[in-house]
Amino acid sequence: MEFLGSLDPILLARIQFAFTVSFHIIFPAFTIGLASWLAVVEGCWLKTKKPVYKEIYKLWVKIFAVAFGLGVVSGVVMSFQFGTNWSVFSDRTGNVLGPLLAYEVLTAFFLEGSFLGIMLFGWGRVSDKMHFVSTVVVAIGTLFSAFWILAANSWMHTPQGFEMRSDGILYPLNWLEIIFNPSFPYRFSHMVTGAYLTTAFTVGGIGAWYIWRKKFKAHGKVMLGMAMIMAVLVAPLQLFIGDLHGLNTLKHQPVKIAAMEGNWEHERSMPLTVFAIPDEEAETNHMALEIPKLGSFVLTHDWEGEVPTLKEFAKEDRPPVIPVFYAFRVMVSIGMLMILTGVFALILHFRKKLFETKWFLLWCMALTPSGFIAILAGWFVTEIGRQPWVAYGIIRTSEAASPVLGEYVALSLMAFIVAYTIIFGSGTYYILKLLAKGPNVDEAPLGVHQKKDGKLKEAKT
Amino acid sequence: MFSFEEFLNLPLIWGGFLALAILLYVILDGFDLGVGILYPFAPSDDCRSRAMNSVAPFWDGNETWLVLGGGGMFAAFPLAYAIIMPALYVPIIMMLVFLIFRGIAFELRFKATGIGRKFWDYSFHFGSLGAAVFQGLILGGFVQGISVEGRSFAGGAFDWLTAFSMMTALGVVTGYALLGATWLNMKTTDKTQIWARKCADYLLIFVGFFMGLVCLWVPFLDTEMHQRWFQAPFIYYVWPIPLLTGALYIGLIVSLIREKEVAPFLFSIGLFIMGYVGLAISLWPYIVPHTVTVDQAAAAPESLSLMLIGAVIMLPVILSYTAYCYYVFRGKVGHEPLY
Repeated sequence: MEFLGSLDPILLARIQFAFTVSFHIIFPAFTIGLASWLAVVEGCWLKTKKPVYKEIYKLWVKIFAVAFGLGVVSGVVMSFQFGTNWSVFSDRTGNVLGPLLAYEVLTAFFLEGSFLGIMLFGWGRVSDKMHFVSTVVVAIGTLFSAFWILAANSWMHTPQGFEMRSDGILYPLNWLEIIFNPSFPYRFSHMVTGAYLTTAFTVGGIGAWYIWRKKFKAHGKVMLGMAMIMAVLVAPLQLFIGDLHGLNTLKHQPVKIAAMEGNWEHERSMPLTVFAIPDEEAETNHMALEIPKLGSFVLTHDWEGEVPTLKEFAKEDRPPVIPVFYAFRVMVSIGMLMILTGVFALILHFRKKLFETKWFLLWCMALTPSGFIAILAGWFVTEIGRQPWVAYGIIRTSEAASPVLGEYVALSLMAFIVAYTIIFGSGTYYILKLLAKGPNVDEAPLGVHQKKDGKLKEAKT
Repeated sequence: MFSFEEFLNLPLIWGGFLALAILLYVILDGFDLGVGILYPFAPSDDCRSRAMNSVAPFWDGNETWLVLGGGGMFAAFPLAYAIIMPALYVPIIMMLVFLIFRGIAFELRFKATGIGRKFWDYSFHFGSLGAAVFQGLILGGFVQGISVEGRSFAGGAFDWLTAFSMMTALGVVTGYALLGATWLNMKTTDKTQIWARKCADYLLIFVGFFMGLVCLWVPFLDTEMHQRWFQAPFIYYVWPIPLLTGALYIGLIVSLIREKEVAPFLFSIGLFIMGYVGLAISLWPYIVPHTVTVDQAAAAPESLSLMLIGAVIMLPVILSYTAYCYYVFRGKVGHEPLY
């Protein structure tokens, strides 16, 4: 206990929040995309009545249930963490952020939590149309949820529409300014698009695997085909949105951009640093691989454009450079790989070899988890890049924590690590087991439903 | 900026909303936690499957009331949230960890076989039991009072652990188990139902004992609470509460003897509501007992006004589709995997 007590409670609280929120975000990111996709699949089934769609739905809804469950249990933790570990932050910003979170619970969580029951267990108890409505409602719920939580998060990056009174507490002045703060539209579209791509590459990778195994080939083709439509259309769109988001960050959080670019001193004509080892002590990059002037061009659309540098800012106002710098490169590289996948898919499609090309199936299988890595990397960029502030320019992270002793924060952190490792490990294990088993094609034939009284009845269709 | 402050008592309304959200949580998650507490004692594996099936479509929505309780307190009473959460740090974290294991058991139990299934069975049981124990400790730690300096918690990490809070923990566990038993009595048939009814019979005695004990203890925790229950003019208003509680208790006994299916569950809910109202009367107007009042902890009137619009529109909507979901899954449950 003495060793634990000597640890810095703020650092521990930060690690704990980073750990629990990183763990949490994986699941909503997956379920946002999966819910929308399941709605599309069920819509296809209602329209065409081809059993393959229903079988795909019934397989992935089980995956959805596990991912959603993991999202719920880790999300309940989040709603308490603001108070347990960041009580000063909660006290000071509660007037502004509280209502946004309350709206998330009221408009999204109940919607998702209630209709999920019908989505999972409602076959035969409600009509096919009502079941479809439930799926759509859950999908809309996930988007509402993303809307409110990203409004709150964006406000922490680009706060406006409030005043701080002498007691240090923030008071709201204009709700529209608070909700639609400058970084919100970009962050929201970037995140939702990221979630859709994550799901697309997961579904596509599994589809490729089914085709590769020559088992459930029909299902695999639908899955991979739909995923590739997303790769062709949405992956390039994401590059465009990401660029706009970056320009918005340049305007409002210039030091974050300087850290992302690893730019210590180029005020103009900044090179684009492909790779480097940033050195925060010496304030320079080692082993830098640079493309001259391209960095300035990307950020300002001018080869000689003026860009922010890290040295402009006092050391205590800079975010940690190394994680931001590398995480940004990981995210962008994966984005590029996704765009490349779309290009390959388009070429192979026109050669009518999309489902027969072995190396491409392998490529897609390899990219199955890529979206999750990109999303985590993207969040590391934006959140670590916000440091040393918890609400940018208003409250420093160091003054936001709860009056809880370091050893309790350390112990609770360990408890969460153990608990999350067990549930994440087993959750992933069962998801993979379900996917390996594949869709259940031996089910009752189409149009026959098990009614409540347990008898089999011919449906009207 | 709009605000309804001039013609509405916003802290009072929000105090009411928050109390309602927590009450709904206690009742709704109470019965599914109760099912988890009784779970390993069920006579067979099929009975356990039925017990779990009876709550599987609902647990998610039920637990959302807890998020509304936590999130709502942050939003409506940020100061109270900032004091209570650090004060009850250890039991809250423990409750969350237990809830994690219990929640995920719903998704994984039916997918596992052999030893894996055993593990998730225990995870469901101990998760439910642990969450209930710590919710009881949180309740006790909260009711007995929290030491505050300025705008922060100023006590020790284990202030909440007292004889009183251990007693409330036992009360909550047996109370949830009673809700769970009467729920199962309503949702199952044959062997499972007979077992559930027997559980309810035993639990009835414990719940009566602990409710009585709390009733006797709470008024003596604090002089203000004592006045509220035993002195004029308050006593003229509060006397129906113990009377009504007694009547509900007798109703529960009678309905169990007559082997009714729905009535015992409703009577159990009634008992919970009365216990809850009793505590609320004891604590009002404090939101951090004995130090911070609802008015002091309330968020800015503009914030409360904005949320009021959302709550007035959304709560009826939420309640109606929650009711719809319970309607869809009405009737008795089987033991087959549900999907």
